[in-house]
Amino acid sequence: MDKKLKRVDLIFSEECVCKDVLTTSLKKSNDDILKDILDSGLRGRGGAGFPTGLKWKFTAQETSEEKYVVCNADEGEPGTFKDREILSRVPLKVFGGMAICAKIIGAKHGYVYLRGEYQFLKAELEKALVEFHATIKELGFDFQIHILMGSGAYICGEESALFESMEGKRGEPRNKPPYPTIAGFRNKPTVINNVETLVYAFMICRIGTEKFMELGTTDSRGSKVFSISGDTPIAGIYELELGMSLEDFVEDFGDGDTKAVQVGGASGFCVPRKKFKDTIIGFEGVPTGGSMMLFNSSRSMYNVLKNYVEFFEEESCGQCTPCRVGCQQLKIGIEAVKKGEKSVHYLDTLQKLADTMKVTAKCGLGQSVANSFSSIVDNFKEEMIY
Amino acid sequence: MPEIKEIVKDLADKHGRNRESLLPILQGIVIEERFISDVAMTEVARELDMSAALVYGTATFYSFLDTKPRGKFVIRICRTITCDMKGKRQLIKLLEDLLKIKVGETTKDKKFTLLETNCLGWCHKGPAMLINEQVFTELNEDKVSEIIGDYMRNN
Repeated sequence: MDKKLKRVDLIFSEECVCKDVLTTSLKKSNDDILKDILDSGLRGRGGAGFPTGLKWKFTAQETSEEKYVVCNADEGEPGTFKDREILSRVPLKVFGGMAICAKIIGAKHGYVYLRGEYQFLKAELEKALVEFHATIKELGFDFQIHILMGSGAYICGEESALFESMEGKRGEPRNKPPYPTIAGFRNKPTVINNVETLVYAFMICRIGTEKFMELGTTDSRGSKVFSISGDTPIAGIYELELGMSLEDFVEDFGDGDTKAVQVGGASGFCVPRKKFKDTIIGFEGVPTGGSMMLFNSSRSMYNVLKNYVEFFEEESCGQCTPCRVGCQQLKIGIEAVKKGEKSVHYLDTLQKLADTMKVTAKCGLGQSVANSFSSIVDNFKEEMIY
Repeated sequence: MPEIKEIVKDLADKHGRNRESLLPILQGIVIEERFISDVAMTEVARELDMSAALVYGTATFYSFLDTKPRGKFVIRICRTITCDMKGKRQLIKLLEDLLKIKVGETTKDKKFTLLETNCLGWCHKGPAMLINEQVFTELNEDKVSEIIGDYMRNN
């Protein structure tokens, strides 16, 4: 069968080039590399989509003696599993991306914060680190990478919570500003990037800006690794160009009966069938950290929403009231409507609560609960009631 | 089995005695003991010269840093939607029958604890579960019976 979407092979291609790319990149001037990353239009692949080049540039501009580069491998968004695959298949590219970043910003130490659920990856990563450290020593570059483990807290994927956790504290997000580029780990200027972002930065140094820019759209340059699961006959990890329409995506990956796609995990958006055609996957449309969950018509969207709300209720760090109490009330609320204890109109009240969380919660977790809540309740109201 | 005092001291020698060492030390205790007892927390506080409340506050934040007694093997089954759609509920029922405990409980012989956990990152190969650090994916009833049988016989 002909596939609508082109498969891309950047991330997982030729792992052994690490040394070559580092040799060339370490000789280049910081400004040249920074210009390449900026020109490429690369944006963060963890979900938020901040321009990577700018993050590096801001941190490079700080004058601190101590700076850090941190790889966020606390992949916890429901439906996302691409970072695990990247780390197990091409760890040297991840480390390579960190080294290039370290050169630009002037960092001597880098950290990989790996989620506790991926403990089994640690031994392999440490083996790859030995090889990596030997390579950069040979190249005369002073940079050390350390691996730190998480312990089962979704919130630690939020960058400032991750720093708190690295510092041995509860993983509670900080107030922003200051942003990590000014005060990150140990309150020093820090670049924190998603695993996949670091590999793309590395690959841009390898293939050049122009090749990278041939992929994707003006707003969403390049390709992206998607974690595809749910009601699909071919669940798995696929690297695809950004900017595709959801209709084409469903044609390739759906089971012929796709009712809705949850784009971006529990903190993302639910897109119903009637909107597939007009939905673009990318920063100009619906962005995603990679999670694509397909649901067919046999699935109850009430169960899906309940699963997400329970997830947030448990993973909320409890620090700010809108998120702590909001998540609890959203859960109690939809259960009450389903049981008929509350009228249909109560859903509107819950929507208002979700909207309030969006503006008042301290971090991205609480702010993004409204994304899935509103998009599921809006599009599948009857399923919430009957 | 080494005393908790020794375990904590060894871990502090390895990871250091400052605030940043706290998480690796607590993680180390869980690997050794499967959970962090009150005695262990007090011991960490003494060894690192910080208040026990700080240790407690940090330990109880993280779902993998158990502060309740756990079995030798902690089974964590993924409860997220895609594993749920692939039949995780039947597997939990089966596990409850096999181990004769409910979710959240530990067997009398202190061998197994059954827990649910959030997304394990194996959504394309669900249902998935962890037994301590080891992952098991694409589970079905036969596979689960076999795995639990192996653990019961060989440990």
